[in-house]
Amino acid sequence: MSMSDWIDVCSVDDLQPDSGVCVWADGRQIALFYMPKEQAVYAVDNFDPFGKVNVLSRGMIGDIGGQPMVASPLYKQHFNLETGVCFEDETVKIETYGVRIENRRVAVNV
Amino acid sequence: MSKKQTLVVIGNGMVGQNFLAGLVSSGAKEHFEIVVFCEEPRPAYDRVHLSAFFSGKSAQDLSMVEVGFFELHGITVHLGDRAKSIDRSAKTVLSEKGVHIAYDKIVLATGSYPFVPPVPGHERDRCLVYRTIEDLEAIQTAAEQSQVGVVVGGGLLGLEAANALKDLGLTTHVVEFAPRLMAVQLDDGGGALLKRKIEAIGVTVHLNKNTTLIDDGESCLHKMNFAGGDALETDLILFSAGIRPRDDIARACELEVGPRGGIVIDNQCRTSDPDIFAIGECALWNNRIFGLVAPGYAMARTVVSVLEGGDNYFTGADMSTKLKLMGVDVASIGDAHAQTPGALVYTYQNGDSEVYKRLVVSADKKRLLGAVLVGDASGYGTLLQYCLNGIELPENPDSLILPHRSDESVGLGPDALPMSAQICSCHDVNKATLCSAIEAGCNTVSALKSETKAGTGCGGCVPLMKSVMECELAKLGIEVSTDICEHFPHTRQELYHLIMVEEIKTFDELIEKHGRGRGCEVCKQAVGSILASYWNDYILKKEHIGLQDTNDIFLANMQKDGTYSVVPRVTGGEIQPEKLIVLGQVAKKYGLYTKITGGQRVDLFGARVEQLPSIWRELIDAGFESGHAYGKSLRTVKSCVGSTWCRFGVDDSVGLAIELENRYKGLRAPHKIKFAVSGCTRECAEAQSKDIGVIATEGGWNLYVCGNGGMKPRHGDLFATQLDKETLIKYIDRVLIFYVRTADRMQRTSVWMENMEGGLDYLRSVVIEDSLGIGEALEKQMRHVIDTYQCEWKTTIEDESKLKRFRHFVNSDRPDDNIVFVEERGQVRPADEREREELKARKHFKILEEA
Ligand SMILES: Cc1cc2nc3c(=O)[nH]c(=O)nc-3n(C[C@H](O)[C@H](O)[C@H](O)COP(=O)(O)OP(=O)(O)OC[C@H]3O[C@@H](n4cnc5c(N)ncnc54)[C@H](O)[C@@H]3O)c2cc1C
Ligand code: SF4
Ligand code: SF4
Repeated sequence: MSMSDWIDVCSVDDLQPDSGVCVWADGRQIALFYMPKEQAVYAVDNFDPFGKVNVLSRGMIGDIGGQPMVASPLYKQHFNLETGVCFEDETVKIETYGVRIENRRVAVNV
Repeated sequence: MSKKQTLVVIGNGMVGQNFLAGLVSSGAKEHFEIVVFCEEPRPAYDRVHLSAFFSGKSAQDLSMVEVGFFELHGITVHLGDRAKSIDRSAKTVLSEKGVHIAYDKIVLATGSYPFVPPVPGHERDRCLVYRTIEDLEAIQTAAEQSQVGVVVGGGLLGLEAANALKDLGLTTHVVEFAPRLMAVQLDDGGGALLKRKIEAIGVTVHLNKNTTLIDDGESCLHKMNFAGGDALETDLILFSAGIRPRDDIARACELEVGPRGGIVIDNQCRTSDPDIFAIGECALWNNRIFGLVAPGYAMARTVVSVLEGGDNYFTGADMSTKLKLMGVDVASIGDAHAQTPGALVYTYQNGDSEVYKRLVVSADKKRLLGAVLVGDASGYGTLLQYCLNGIELPENPDSLILPHRSDESVGLGPDALPMSAQICSCHDVNKATLCSAIEAGCNTVSALKSETKAGTGCGGCVPLMKSVMECELAKLGIEVSTDICEHFPHTRQELYHLIMVEEIKTFDELIEKHGRGRGCEVCKQAVGSILASYWNDYILKKEHIGLQDTNDIFLANMQKDGTYSVVPRVTGGEIQPEKLIVLGQVAKKYGLYTKITGGQRVDLFGARVEQLPSIWRELIDAGFESGHAYGKSLRTVKSCVGSTWCRFGVDDSVGLAIELENRYKGLRAPHKIKFAVSGCTRECAEAQSKDIGVIATEGGWNLYVCGNGGMKPRHGDLFATQLDKETLIKYIDRVLIFYVRTADRMQRTSVWMENMEGGLDYLRSVVIEDSLGIGEALEKQMRHVIDTYQCEWKTTIEDESKLKRFRHFVNSDRPDDNIVFVEERGQVRPADEREREELKARKHFKILEEA
């Protein structure tokens, strides 16, 4: 029932190719990952539910079986960037957000 | 149920104890009440490694009897009590201390005693032998009052004893009656090379010497007079002139003994009395005495099986040996002296690298009969398999001993081995046993080890075992994937070669040409490290960023709460007071938790990502540089204080450590690398537990390689001795780059070495003898790494665009409010979850109050 809000968070130039950054979006910490070859940007929670700290934006990205993923820098669990589901433990899921790019500005849907 | 029989075991040496261990785990145990007489004051110990007593092993360390073994199995032991006589008609045994018991069966395992030639004067003071722990204690005491020591006898044991005397600090001589050393195992050529090598180490060898009299010396305690009229003065004499079987008790009760001693046994190890068996060095089988443990163990297995009602037979034993004598590899196989009629001999001698090899081949050139190897025994395993299994030789048998110039393989494919081939001689495991374990699902070396025990003794057979396993798995159609991950059908080493050969400089290029998908943290980091070590490019260049894990990106180590630790380099652990003060000031200013690391530097914890640049700016201004604690690269070169201050120091360990650390800092590798340098053999820097360890000796630096601490500690292997600094550095350059080029991802040098075919010998041949002809290329690559070194932190803080990354949020300057510290022992530490909740609630409460 919550209304979706698009929040402008940063410029495209703030993104790191093949890597992640963290943005402050209205009280939330959101990790943004940019894959230039696929022209894809993903937004997920920055909070690592295993380590219980805000570090996912500093994880390495890639794919598992073709699914885009981020690996936690602490204990190396992998999360699906499209669904948020953890590859090692399907009962654990992180929040994912929509991303929109207009006029070289990035907005996320929270 | 029938009453138990009484089994008396006389002698509790290596073989006697091996028999007991076999017996209690067999079905025969139920039928016997076991009584043991042990003449020595302690139960069985490892005589084979007796010399280790001098390097600090205690009698307890050498013990072969598990604590509580006798009690657990209800065995009665009479320690320090010699069985004096056997009354075969009354079937009783009487001991020296008066124990008198009835027996049903006896096993004699009385071993042997050292033969002392009856030279007049041999019973003088400080004339000793080398067989028991008591003997070694006596040698130690005698050596304290002596300068010069002589070993009489240049056989296997004699040379081992000579090494011990030398290590005790004596000027050492070996006096041998025969015209060469190790007369039983070696031929003239092999013996001559061995003599040269041993003399180079500082032990003088006198051949063709017959001692006729020992009397008072002038400069020393004794004077040994030889048949030719010459003489040698010495303070201590060790006789090692062969062994004689202990058959006294058997003779006294009129069991059959050989003309030159030894209790005669048949193929079931029965003596001339069917109720009495004999095993080990006291037994004479087919007119032969076996002076090694393995044949004794085979005899022990035979008797256990006979007592169980089985029909094992002892059918002789192979006396081939491979060993290291004073650092020299020596091996002898089968008919080394070419006594078989018609035998052909091939010899290879390389005066330059001091290698001697000899093959003895059957007249039809099809079978290997024997071999001698001195200076390089790496071919032992293959040759032994040819000899023992009668495998047909290649067309030119000498290809087996000639150095292989190209990449042709002369090793024996595991397929050529018959099923009965013994792979592990320590635990008598043959190929058939390995194959059935592999079929049953053991598809790693460690699984095979725990299933079959193969490879868990001396470990010499592990390479062969591995190739048998790989070959069998291939036959079973099981593919052993060595791919680095799902994105590349290659190993790390293959990727390395692709990058080198095709001059690839980015991950994208590599995955496009040789992989699939987008990669993952495994292949990206591996490729990142290869690119860094091969091109030595600044790792935070835009195209490399995605290949680094967080520690490499932020050039610091992430801790459990998401903060980082900062470790500046402190080369060799040497630090000026002003710099130490700076570390303290920086830590205090930023509120960092401070701890001294095991690598002799200072670790500052709790830095938030946005604090890292300013912390580093202060450190760099004070003259510090990155310690690379975050990378898979050279960490520290630990050192002891060395000859500059330490009264024992032989050389300047700190100076060398600083030089080495400065040389190799920044080198990227498949895993972290640690060094240490000790100023003398007291080894205060623990160099033998490091990837590269250096120890100063009077004659130069000794180099150890491939050790590590951590989860699975491994002692480094002594790689080369008495090196000057230039050679030392050349060897280290080569070892390190060879490791960087050939190791697998996340493989420490220890595992790399253990998995390397040919192991230490192979590494030595590549590095010291340059057998692959790549020595210069390896050094050149190291030169490039050294020449292009840059402090990554310096490069980073000088570049505004790089600094942009060091913020928690790209769109806000606020810090991460989830990082919370509490105080403990006067410093900060991360709050645990409960404390964090409490603190958050309090803050919330405060805000409410204020509102
Ligand atoms: C320094 C050294 C290095 C060696 N290195 C190697 C090597 O590298 N490889 C190898 O294969 N072999 C080696 N050997 C040989 C190996 O130690 C022997 O082959 C092995 O110990 C033989 O075992 P055993 O039980 O027959 O005899 P022992 O180990 O000698 O045991 C016999 C025991 O019986 C006791 N005994 C004798 N008579 C009586 C009695 N009447 N009553 C009670 N007790 C009695 C003796 O005191 C002794 O304790 C080495 C030996 C020495 C000394
Ligand atoms: S290793 Fe030797 S030189 Fe170094 S501190 Fe110890 S005793 Fe002194
Ligand atoms: S031993 Fe374990 S707890 Fe201690 S630093 Fe190493 S990984 Fe951490």
